[in-house]
Amino acid sequence: MLEVRNISKSFGGLKAVSDASLDVPEGSIVALLGPNGAGKTTCFTMIAGFTKPDTGTVTFRGEDITGLAPHQICARGMIRTFQIVQPFAGLTVEENIAVGAYLHHHDRADATALARKVGKQLGMGGMLDRPAASLTIAGRKRLELARALATGAKLLLLDEVMAGLIPSEVTEIVGIIRQIRDEGHTILLIEHVMQAVMSLAETAYVLNYGEMIAHAPPKELVQDPAVIEAYLGHGAATRLQEGGHA
Amino acid sequence: MKPTSMGQAVLIAAAVLYLVSVFFLSSPIWMGFSLNALIIAVVALSWNVTGGFGGLFSFGHAVMYGTGAYASAVLQVNYGVNAWIGLVAGIVAGAVMGAFIGAITFRFGLKGSYFALVTLAFAEVMRICASSFAFTGGGAGLQVKLDPGISTLQFQDRTVSYTLLLLVVAAVMILTAVMKNSRFGAYLIAIRENEDAARALGIDTYRIKVIAMAISGAFGGLAGVLYLQTMLYIDSTVVYGNAISVEALIGPLIGGAGTVWGPLVGTLGLHLLGEGAKHLLSNAPGLNFVLYAVVLICALRFLPQGLMGFAARIGPFRKKEEDDDNA
Repeated sequence: MLEVRNISKSFGGLKAVSDASLDVPEGSIVALLGPNGAGKTTCFTMIAGFTKPDTGTVTFRGEDITGLAPHQICARGMIRTFQIVQPFAGLTVEENIAVGAYLHHHDRADATALARKVGKQLGMGGMLDRPAASLTIAGRKRLELARALATGAKLLLLDEVMAGLIPSEVTEIVGIIRQIRDEGHTILLIEHVMQAVMSLAETAYVLNYGEMIAHAPPKELVQDPAVIEAYLGHGAATRLQEGGHA
Repeated sequence: MKPTSMGQAVLIAAAVLYLVSVFFLSSPIWMGFSLNALIIAVVALSWNVTGGFGGLFSFGHAVMYGTGAYASAVLQVNYGVNAWIGLVAGIVAGAVMGAFIGAITFRFGLKGSYFALVTLAFAEVMRICASSFAFTGGGAGLQVKLDPGISTLQFQDRTVSYTLLLLVVAAVMILTAVMKNSRFGAYLIAIRENEDAARALGIDTYRIKVIAMAISGAFGGLAGVLYLQTMLYIDSTVVYGNAISVEALIGPLIGGAGTVWGPLVGTLGLHLLGEGAKHLLSNAPGLNFVLYAVVLICALRFLPQGLMGFAARIGPFRKKEEDDDNA
């Protein structure tokens, strides 16, 4: 569904992402991993059209969308969420979701009805009339998801939707993401919470210093010396092996 | 447009009561003052589209007002064009001016105080231009020939002028309410609340902002034409002056930016206050602006949502199902 080929982005002399490629097959959940500063979010911004890649192409549903504006990409069915949640603070939850729903429903009544439906699906039925500013972090993360879903997007790019959540909330949102996938959506997620990645993703990519260093199912990745060293430092893999616990 | 609380109902009732009282108190001073307040209310409603709903704080809304007034005046005085065509031309000229300013400032991503400064610069440039060219009357301004009649949009009976102005204000407020409840309105508010999130949700933020500037410009141009038809005389310092730009934003900020009633309530309240101060404390010119400044500072400190926002918290009405219209 999504094919990213050799995209690169430099900020001044810093190569944030170099020659990264990844594939997201339709109906799958794919994770993008990597230590802080590895270039994951930069990858997302390039895929979703917020910044233009210096080189490389992004193909979505067979169409080259490299360099299109975010609203054009969104209209084609791909949407990103933000790592730092971005609610429309002055609006109610329902109004927030309705902004997403307006993309394909021009009438206010239709958009509002869809917003209520999506809100209830994500377990926000009781807070639809509350101002978004009053939500907890977990609520705001759900709101990001709900807004994205309301646009009718087929591919969701989720940027750390579980960061800052307590374990019980993580379990809830893992369930929600799985439910979203089962309804026919495709998901590419950036995540640090390994518990979630292990249970959700069929396959994962690992970025380090802007380069793709590994691509495998998550269970194999955690054994991969290159990945362990990316997270724990040079030589960590051998030391762990000698210590006897990987 | 419906009030959502006792407090808002009281504010709206007070504004309506005042507007109706003008018909019964046959005082020329009261009438002249109210005519002026209503024209300013239209400018305030114009500012409210971009500043209130879109969060685009213009500091030069006189540019729309002056452009509307001059477009109509130049056509009427220099080319003998009918005043009704002048009215349409004034609205269109305001809209084009708004869209033009929006198109270039937003293309370069200006926002916040940079946007405010650029709009101020536009108003100043237009003021200087209008006072320099012969076809705009230069420093002497333009005077429309006195010729009362429906075809010339001039009315000797001020009660008629006042009634028509009231209808115009009502029409602009209805348009504002329609806009607020439309997809366009939701998008504009989303941009005010968080532009990045709006972009991610598929909103062409550039296009929406430029359209908002055009709508605001149309309202502003309309207000300029109303002034011209009421006073029959304009010059560059009056219609392109900073005073108009300040009045355009101060009413909505105090009344409640991004609400339908706020600009009207704020403008009427301020004008009453300013007029009262003038009568009480001698007739020092400009004194009303000193008072406005004090009120504005207090409002920003204590009523960040304006009077309508504050009043929304006093005795809220119970919300009925499927009735989510907040003023």
